[in-house]
Amino acid sequence: MAYKIVSSQCTGCSACEPECPNVAIREKNGTFVIDPAKCTECLGHFDEPQCVAVCPVDDTCVIDKAYPRYQAA
Amino acid sequence: MEPTAYVGVQEIKPLQQLLEKVAEHKGCGTSSGTSGGSGKSSCGSSAGPADMSPEVWEKVKNHPCYSEEAHHHYARMHVAVAPACNIQCNYCNRKYDCANESRPGVVSEKLTPEQASKKVLAVASAIPQMTVLGIAGPGDPLANPEKTFKTFELISKTAPDIKLCLSTNGLTLPDHVETIKSFNVDHVTITINMVDPEVGQHIYPWIYYQNKRWKGIDAARILSERQLLGLEMLTAAGILCKVNSVMIPGINDQHLVEVNRAVKSRGAFLHNIMPLISAPEHGTVFGLNGQRGPSAQELKALQDACEGEMNMMRHCRQCRADAVGLLGEDRSAEFTTEKIDAMEVEYDAATRQAYQELVEEQRQAKVAAKQAELAGLAGADSDIKLLIAVATKGEGKVNEHFGHASEFQVYELSTTGAKFVGHRRVDLYCQGGYGEEDTLPTVIRAINDCHAVFVAKIGGCPRDELKAAGIEPVDRYAYEFIEQSAIAYFRDYLAKVASGEIVHQDRGDADIRQGAYIAAA
Ligand code: SF4
Ligand code: SF4
Ligand code: SF4
Repeated sequence: MAYKIVSSQCTGCSACEPECPNVAIREKNGTFVIDPAKCTECLGHFDEPQCVAVCPVDDTCVIDKAYPRYQAA
Repeated sequence: MEPTAYVGVQEIKPLQQLLEKVAEHKGCGTSSGTSGGSGKSSCGSSAGPADMSPEVWEKVKNHPCYSEEAHHHYARMHVAVAPACNIQCNYCNRKYDCANESRPGVVSEKLTPEQASKKVLAVASAIPQMTVLGIAGPGDPLANPEKTFKTFELISKTAPDIKLCLSTNGLTLPDHVETIKSFNVDHVTITINMVDPEVGQHIYPWIYYQNKRWKGIDAARILSERQLLGLEMLTAAGILCKVNSVMIPGINDQHLVEVNRAVKSRGAFLHNIMPLISAPEHGTVFGLNGQRGPSAQELKALQDACEGEMNMMRHCRQCRADAVGLLGEDRSAEFTTEKIDAMEVEYDAATRQAYQELVEEQRQAKVAAKQAELAGLAGADSDIKLLIAVATKGEGKVNEHFGHASEFQVYELSTTGAKFVGHRRVDLYCQGGYGEEDTLPTVIRAINDCHAVFVAKIGGCPRDELKAAGIEPVDRYAYEFIEQSAIAYFRDYLAKVASGEIVHQDRGDADIRQGAYIAAA
C-alpha cells in the first residue's frame, strides 16, 4: 500500500516534498502527488510516513488501498 | 457624555489580575493607579533611542518594522517564497494561509526565488523608500531553507543596499544560524508565545522535528528549547533579534510577562506583543473554539507592563506574507506576478539614495518641530494622561480625511509629550464618497478609549456622532506634524482643565478589529 495525497485537501504548502526519502512526491497543478511506484511507506527509513507526519492538514496523506502493501526487500 | 451606546467591549476582564501581576514583576505601580510604587526611577521608562545602544539604533533607525518613528518614512516588503511549515499553531489554519502572520482568507501568491528577486527589484525601483525585504512565510522560512536562502542570495547580489530580515517559529533556527550570518541578515524575528510547556501545549497541537510528529507537552518543550537556544546563538553572533508574541487571553496573557523576561535576558532587543486574531471564519482551532482576542486596554496594559524591561514594539500591523509598501499601506496589488513578468526592471541605486536623503531631511524637520513644541510643555505639572487617534497617510502628519482612514494611529499624551502606543484598524467610513451608516459605530468602538480624533477633514454627520460619543473631532491641525500638534492640543487641554472650562474624565475600552491588515480594494 502506497500513500496518496487527497488533492482536494492539499494546500500545496510543499512541506512533504523534501521530507520523502524516496523522492516520490512532486508538484502537479498547485497540489502535490505521490508516485506509488516510488513510495515505500517510509519502511526502513523512518518510524512514521514522513508525508503524514509533516502535513499540516490532517487526513490529507492517506493509505492508497489500490496498491499492495510494500514489503521491504 | 454617554458613550455607552457604542461601547462594544464585553465584561471579560482579567485585566486587574494582569495589572497586579505586572506591578509585581516591575516592582512598582502601573499607570492605571495600582499603588505601592517603590519609586524606582527606571519604572515605566519609555521606548526610544535613549533605551538603545547607539549601534543598535544605527541598525534599526531606518527600519520601518523596528523603529516606530521610521515606519512613517520607510517601506518594507515581504515575499512569499516559503509555504511549508513544520509546526501547527492553534491560531493558524494552513488551508487559508496563516491568519496571524499573513492575511486571512486568501492564499498568497507563492513565488519562486527568481520571481521573488525580480519583484524586489521592481518594487525597490517604484518605491525608493523601500529599504527592507522580509521573508515571513506564509509557512516558516526556515522550514523552506533552500528557497529562503536562494532568495537572499539573488537579492544580495543585485541590490546590496536592501536590508534582509526573516521571521521564524524558531524550531530549526539553531541549525541555520551560520547561514543567516553568512548572508548578512542582521534582523531575525522569532515568534515565542511561551517559555513553559504547560502553557505551550494549549497553543501548539504538534510539531514536526527529527522526522517525527511530537505532540502535547513534548512538542512544546522541544519548541521552546530550540527557540531559546536559537535566540541565544543569534545574539551571540551579533544578529539583532526581535521577539513576536501573540497575546491569547486566558492562555498566555499573564505568562507573557515571563516570556518578556526570558527573551530580554537572552538578548532580544525588541518585543512585539500582538493581539490574537481569531474569527470563526478563519477556521482556526481558536477561532472555532470561541477563544477571544484581547481588548485594546488589555493589550496596552501588557505592553506598558513589559516596557520597563525592554523596548516594546507597538506599530505592528500583522502584515500579510506578501505585503508591500509603507506600514499601513498595501501596494501588493500593483506587483502581482503577472505585472512583474511584464515589467522591464532597472535597479537604480543612485535615485534611491537621493530620495532617501530627502526623506531624512523631512524627518529631521519633524523632530525639530516636536522638540520646539515640547519646550512649551516644560514645567506643566499634571497626572492627566489621555489618548488621541490620528488619521494619517504617513510622513508623520495629520493628513488623512476621517472618512478615508482605514486605520487610526493612537498616541498617549502626558506632560512628557506624545507617545505612539498603537494603531486601530477600521473599515473605511466613507466608501465611494458618502458615509456608510453602519461603519461609524465600528469606527467609534475602535477608538472609544480616545479623547479626540485628529483629522485633515471631517463631514458634519460623523462630527456630531463622534461628539455624542464623547470623542472630540479635531481638524485644526490639518497637514501639520502629528506629535507637535498633539502636544499643542494637550497644552490647551490642560489649560482648559485648569480654568474649569472642561472636566477631565477617563474614557472606556476599545475593540481591536479582527484580521490581518488588508488594503481596502
Ligand atoms: S510515505 Fe514516505 S515514501 Fe511514501 S510518499 Fe510519504 S514520505 Fe514518501
Ligand atoms: S504537506 Fe500536505 S498540504 Fe502540504 S503539499 Fe504536502 S500534502 Fe499538500
Ligand atoms: S508558524 Fe505561522 S504559518 Fe506556521 S502554523 Fe504557526 S502560525 Fe501558521
